[in-house]
Amino acid sequence: MFVDGVRTPFGRAGEKGMYWNTRADDLVVKAIVGLLERNPSVPKDRIDDVAIAATTQTGDQGLTLGRTAAILAGLPKSVPGFSIDRMCAGAMTSVAMLSGSIGFGQYDLAIGGGVEHMGHHPMGSGVDPNPRFVSERMVSEDALVMGATAERIHDRFPHLTKERADRYALGSQQKTAAAYAAGKIQQDLVPVAIRTAEGWGLATKDEVMRPETTLEGLAGLKTPFRPHGRVTAGNASGLNDGATAALLASGSAAKEFGLQPKMKLVSYAFAGVDPEIMGIGPVPATEKALRRAGLKMDDIGLLEVNEAFAVQVLSLLDHYGIDDDDPRVNPWGGAIAVGHPLASSGVRLMNQLASQFAERPDVRYGITTMCVGLGQGGTMIWENPNYSRKAAKKA
Amino acid sequence: MTDYTKIDFSALTAMSDDEVVTHSYVRDVPLSEGRTLALLTLDNGRDHTRPNTLGPATLIEYGKTLDTLAERAARGEIHAVAVTGKPFILAAGADLSKVSEIPSREVALRMGQLGHHVLGKLSELGVPSFAFVNGLALGGGVEIALHADYRTVDASVPAFALPEVFLGLIPGWGGATLLPNLIGIENALKVVVENPLKQNRMLKAQEVLDLGIADVMFPSVNYLEDSIRWADGVVSGRIKVKRPNEPGKVERLVKWDAAIGIARKMLQSRIGTVPRSPYVALDLLKAAKSGTRAEGFEREDAALADLIAGDQFHASVYAFNLVQKRAKRPAGAPDKALAKPVTKVGVLGAGYMASQFALLFLRRLQVPVVITDIDQARVDKGVASITGEVDKLLEKGRISPDEANRLKALVTGTTDKADFADCDWVIEAVFEELAIKQDVFAEVERYISPEAVLATNTSSLSVEQIGAKLQHPERVVGFHFFTPVAVMPLIEVVKTPATDDATLSTAMVTAAKLKKNAVITADTPGFVVNRLLAVLLGEAMRAVDEGTSFQTVDEAIAPLGLPMAPSALLDLVGLTVGAHVLDTHHAAFPDRFYRSENLHKLAEYGTLLEKDDKGRVKGFDKDALKIVSGGTNPSTAEDILVRLQDGLARETKLMLDDQVVAAAEDIDLCMILGAGFPFQMGGLTPYLDRVGASERVFGDTFHHPPVTGIDA
Repeated sequence: MFVDGVRTPFGRAGEKGMYWNTRADDLVVKAIVGLLERNPSVPKDRIDDVAIAATTQTGDQGLTLGRTAAILAGLPKSVPGFSIDRMCAGAMTSVAMLSGSIGFGQYDLAIGGGVEHMGHHPMGSGVDPNPRFVSERMVSEDALVMGATAERIHDRFPHLTKERADRYALGSQQKTAAAYAAGKIQQDLVPVAIRTAEGWGLATKDEVMRPETTLEGLAGLKTPFRPHGRVTAGNASGLNDGATAALLASGSAAKEFGLQPKMKLVSYAFAGVDPEIMGIGPVPATEKALRRAGLKMDDIGLLEVNEAFAVQVLSLLDHYGIDDDDPRVNPWGGAIAVGHPLASSGVRLMNQLASQFAERPDVRYGITTMCVGLGQGGTMIWENPNYSRKAAKKA
Repeated sequence: MTDYTKIDFSALTAMSDDEVVTHSYVRDVPLSEGRTLALLTLDNGRDHTRPNTLGPATLIEYGKTLDTLAERAARGEIHAVAVTGKPFILAAGADLSKVSEIPSREVALRMGQLGHHVLGKLSELGVPSFAFVNGLALGGGVEIALHADYRTVDASVPAFALPEVFLGLIPGWGGATLLPNLIGIENALKVVVENPLKQNRMLKAQEVLDLGIADVMFPSVNYLEDSIRWADGVVSGRIKVKRPNEPGKVERLVKWDAAIGIARKMLQSRIGTVPRSPYVALDLLKAAKSGTRAEGFEREDAALADLIAGDQFHASVYAFNLVQKRAKRPAGAPDKALAKPVTKVGVLGAGYMASQFALLFLRRLQVPVVITDIDQARVDKGVASITGEVDKLLEKGRISPDEANRLKALVTGTTDKADFADCDWVIEAVFEELAIKQDVFAEVERYISPEAVLATNTSSLSVEQIGAKLQHPERVVGFHFFTPVAVMPLIEVVKTPATDDATLSTAMVTAAKLKKNAVITADTPGFVVNRLLAVLLGEAMRAVDEGTSFQTVDEAIAPLGLPMAPSALLDLVGLTVGAHVLDTHHAAFPDRFYRSENLHKLAEYGTLLEKDDKGRVKGFDKDALKIVSGGTNPSTAEDILVRLQDGLARETKLMLDDQVVAAAEDIDLCMILGAGFPFQMGGLTPYLDRVGASERVFGDTFHHPPVTGIDA
């Protein structure tokens, strides 16, 4: 059961970003504290594990983050914790694996989540790829440059044009702006005190949104990964800092502590693809997860797809014959607008799907899915506890 | 009333050229229902090792920032203001070095006025004001918070205090007026007067909350976020703040003056009437009972100006700097790198003193400690007393069971000195007789390595002679503690002509690890503290023997403001010890030190003071007075005081001429830390300069310029 999830506002990575003077571990600690404050009936000493994801596990994201974050968040020292990494799907993997432990009856309560301070830990910092990757041509050089892998999706599916990607990106900005205006995103944000050159401030909303985006503006952006390419800063997510945390519970624990789960896990799957075209990873992952659940895409009423790149979302939709602007897909926008602090994003997708479930008793199943570096995809299928047949019929 | 807006503060700003300015930064933070909180951060741009301080330029910037916020509040742009600090620090108060540079009472007056003018703006913004006490807050830092309408405190705040009285000042930027009206007179007395006089005790966050200074406390992990949310609750009316300690009518009518009266009596009995600032603080707290804030602030202005201009404040700052700075970098200490590691400690002796040493080394160094004595029974008793003390620490929750096990396993006792073989630090605490100490060192030298340090706690013998029978006298050093060993912060480290640098360095580093302050002295009789106390006791006994009453002698010496009168000092150290100290010094310097036969008779009789069942002194023992009666040439109190001052000046000058210590500052440090001489005297030498004793005795002063007040 996904009981509840929160996140920090996402910031712009780098010296000009709002979290430049904030530690990565403090971000995830504040998310955990905020999560537990919202769920005061949870006895802290009954939490069986804390799994926190980060892609770069050094410095303020090192030292077995799940354990250190648990201690820093004031959880009893009897509560264990660990770190976990599947790049962009880190938080999703932590939720999946903890859910597995719950399903197997070993855990009652667990906290999953992730953090990525891409300002403190720029992508690729400190990596040391095995030379065999290149010498044995296991992967092409593009595999480690995510923008280049996105260009490859355009190559493979020429009908997924830059214009379609830009139009999708514009929609993401607009949907996010509308969701913000309606106060939908803010409900799951925990404010973070930030230290800046102008003194202390408070981060209360995502820093990188561009509601003023236009198609013309997007069309004019540089294509940094290829000359005359298609992937731009406008139709991709940016470099961000942020953290997420989610509370997971077994059905019996939820009952014992009077918790109202927001989503029920149906199935999950991770799958691999060629690393140089990692963005299509969600396709086989989703196939697998649907198969395991005995469901078809037609059964899915809402999709939260991580928008690492617009074209990567389009490739998934294209595969299932879903329109680019299908209202089931990312109704409140996505990572192109709010940002994508790698390992943290999985839980953001879940937060938004959970909130939408509450509004949509007509929807029974939803999907959270994302692509992962080095050619992977991850998908989790959730059931809406608010589902009612009556509402579904009306809709 | 003072109109602060009409005052010219340029004399202060002229002093602030080299001030490390603490800037006032403002950022807007959204609250609920579209409201805005202006969050003001005090930050001097340095890390926590250089706390925010409040100099003139800082205050003026802070005031201007608050003026801007008041204008914004009037325009409806902001709905609340909160002040907080940089990480770990709100503000450590006024910049003391600046305050002591103030050239005149008039400028001192401006200092108080500027503080009131600027800090007071926080309560006149037209919107609710908050102080988020996120870290260390001292003096003016606390007063910034007191001017706010509401306060939150971070649960991890390690130090929150109004230490002014400790330094010869009073909380003069609103503290003495605002605090009692916030938390009641008894609590305010504790914070403003009692705590500063208890070695400058400071409050922790929980106490700040319990006393009612803070309205609410939040854990550190989310402190600012929680504080902002709480402020939002207060501004929106969702949270009502209750202040149970706020004084009501009854307290003002009945309790207030009585509490001041009790405090005054307690002060008089504890510290006498010499220190000015505690009594000025009492007067201000008393007056804070009624009248307006503005009247209170005006009283604080005048009081602060008087104190800043006076001798006692300047002596206190001098003393404070000695304790804070010079004590941490002892004069004449060799390179720390020369220190030899101390991995096992041997204590020669198993009596009371030896056990005290063993316990201290055990707790601070956490290395094996072996004690020895002449028979197994004494050894066993010594070990049992040490492990008993460890158990007491465990019972009090000061150490964990694991730590207790660790410490107890480290203590052993033996009657075989061969067990000292691998000790690299051996300290003796055997009977104070030269031959015994020589023998015990010589015996243990047979077993220990040639590099092991031999330390002696002698107070009256020559360290050099104690080491005279050794093959390696260069490893001998004096290591003179003051009782009670666990409490008194001073060790006199005695360097003989033979002591080598590695040994001296080891002694200094070891003293620091024991969390003691060490002063290096030459191997001369009485070192520093006992030699000067011998002057004091000698002059006291001389006067008594000549026919002056003990009462008169005590009264004569009262103007120094020492922690105890000579009679009480004799009672504390013991009459036998007192007589012995005088004998030793008389033997060393017969023409300068007085030896009292009467004191020996008193020691034989055993009692000087008459006490009640609870040990409180009722007066002098009548038979003791008979023993010392018979003198025919009594002195006046004035004569005794002058003789004492001159005696101390003469002895101090001789010690400096003989290079017993590196400088007059070290004499003062010894007297402050080893004998409890008060800050307001600056230890000793600033006092001797200001009363003219230095001039009378050697035609000069110890300090150039002397450490005195502005108008002196």
